Amino acid sequence: MSVLPAASQRVHNQRRTLVVLSALVFLALLALGAAGLAGSVPVPVADLPQAFASLVAGEPDGMSGTLLDLRLGRASSAFATGAALALAGVMMQALVRNPLADPYVLGVSAGAAVGALAALLFGAALWAVDLGALAGAIGISLLLYLLARRDLGGGRGAVRTGESGVLLLTGVVLASACMALVTLMLSVAPESRLRGMVFWMIGDLAGSSWRLLPWIVLGAAVLLALRRARALNVMALHADAAVALGIDVGAERRFLFLCSGLLTACAVTTGGSIGFVGLVVPHACRYAFGPDHRILLPAATLVGGSFLVVADTLARTVLAPQQLPVGVLTSLIGVPVFLFQLHQLHLRRR
Amino acid sequence: MIPPMISTQDLTLRVDGRLLVERLDWRVHAGESWCVIGPNGAGKSTLLRTVAGLRAPDGGSVALAGKPVSDWALPALARERAYLAQSRGDAFAYRVIETVLMARHPYHADRYWEGSDDHAAAEAALRTLDVAHLAERDVRTLSGGERQRVAIAALLAQDTPLLLLDEPANALDLAHQVAVTELMARLCREGRAVVSVGHDLNLAWSGATHALLLNGDGSWHAGTTQDVMRPELLSACLGHPIAAIVHGARTVFLPDAPAAVTKLAPVGNTQ
Repeated sequence: MSVLPAASQRVHNQRRTLVVLSALVFLALLALGAAGLAGSVPVPVADLPQAFASLVAGEPDGMSGTLLDLRLGRASSAFATGAALALAGVMMQALVRNPLADPYVLGVSAGAAVGALAALLFGAALWAVDLGALAGAIGISLLLYLLARRDLGGGRGAVRTGESGVLLLTGVVLASACMALVTLMLSVAPESRLRGMVFWMIGDLAGSSWRLLPWIVLGAAVLLALRRARALNVMALHADAAVALGIDVGAERRFLFLCSGLLTACAVTTGGSIGFVGLVVPHACRYAFGPDHRILLPAATLVGGSFLVVADTLARTVLAPQQLPVGVLTSLIGVPVFLFQLHQLHLRRR
Repeated sequence: MIPPMISTQDLTLRVDGRLLVERLDWRVHAGESWCVIGPNGAGKSTLLRTVAGLRAPDGGSVALAGKPVSDWALPALARERAYLAQSRGDAFAYRVIETVLMARHPYHADRYWEGSDDHAAAEAALRTLDVAHLAERDVRTLSGGERQRVAIAALLAQDTPLLLLDEPANALDLAHQVAVTELMARLCREGRAVVSVGHDLNLAWSGATHALLLNGDGSWHAGTTQDVMRPELLSACLGHPIAAIVHGARTVFLPDAPAAVTKLAPVGNTQ
């Protein structure tokens, strides 16, 4: 392989990023468009301009307008959720320096499940279920932070002999504790509430609509993460030795912990613990675009959003009028994709 | 007067309560190449990490260019000293050129992309270490010696007046061990300072101007290689008789024939 001259290599990197991201934005719009049109009752293409205009005006009008409003609302939730999960996955993998980590590995979703299922068990209203999930996710994050704050501490001054793994182990143990509580609640739950609880566990976007908060969190997280993309590269490569390159490792680790926790909490509050998006999408993006966070962070965000929009559209159309929980589809699509990548990596490395 | 690159005062190092270095007063000036010699677990890496500002001293103080290490801002410190860790685990599939470009981080933390000056520095460093042909390779597919040369190239690209290297000759073949030793000597002649940890006395003798012996019990010896790398001091430090054989203009260090002295228990003796 030839080494390009310095200047052209530099321009090449930037142009490549621009091309890749534009293509991904286009795909995301395509996925959202398809989600608006597809369904048990198709929206006629002829009605589209007028329906869309009424939607923009804020007063969805007529059959097509209402359908578009419902479907795009759900698709927008799906996009924000998928994007948040994929972004949180990239961050979590950089935090624990392990490409096999996902946003749930530290138990944030298990904590959310405890909160949400407790609310469902007592027959609480929908907003209380969301609140329970959020409280559970934040509670478990705070507990984890207290228990493992040494691992998230400063890289300087403190004696550090390398990654101790305290964070990862504590997270895994807390997650198991939460899962035990979840199992307990499932076993004592009355028959009538069981279905809702199981659906929450699998991850389901039915009934979600336009929501601003996940988009605000997502937007802020993307902007903050992009500012630190280069520091994340150095940390992912060097771990503690990143301090030697002028990176405040402790601060970056706390940022990653906080940001990925918040994104995950937001995502599970909207859609339950949807599996595999946070693992497979970062992996697929690393595989396709390389591990440079400057391209990986925005790419994974776009792909994660599009992926969940497509999966959710399939979930409500494949067996229409029956709706499947979207978590089933992400796993069904995610597992073979992941296995295929592992197999390819194995071949490549030999 | 220019302050020394490194000056330690009463520096004391402990690991797990065990005293490794006691009251070290040590000065490293620009143009000097130091090798740190000592048995396993004597605190060589701990000393290097402390000087690099990656851990706090257990007593005393360290100053770089006249300013206490803890007073340096991290990015400025990263432009002052570079640190080569003893080992690295690569979790992600970065390309070789990317790992070297990352060493330019302290110069433009606010830029999103590296400039062409960074690319030029990175490529020059790769050529110096004879790894330019590996530029597009995944670092995880490199051999141990190739990975080590890429890591040293990254250190060069960081372009600092002070280089701290923990076992730079690790995993290198003979030719590249000699080449890296010569490279470090050349950098010192250009006015930088180098401190490297190593176990090869002959490489140290040929490359270094000064030596620091850590005995592992708190005691130490610092001085020019002529003064410090004497057979009796080295033997006491390393716990094994060492002979210095003068062959023409060259001095060769050899482990002396051990009669009853051996560090390892006899194999197969269970009692």
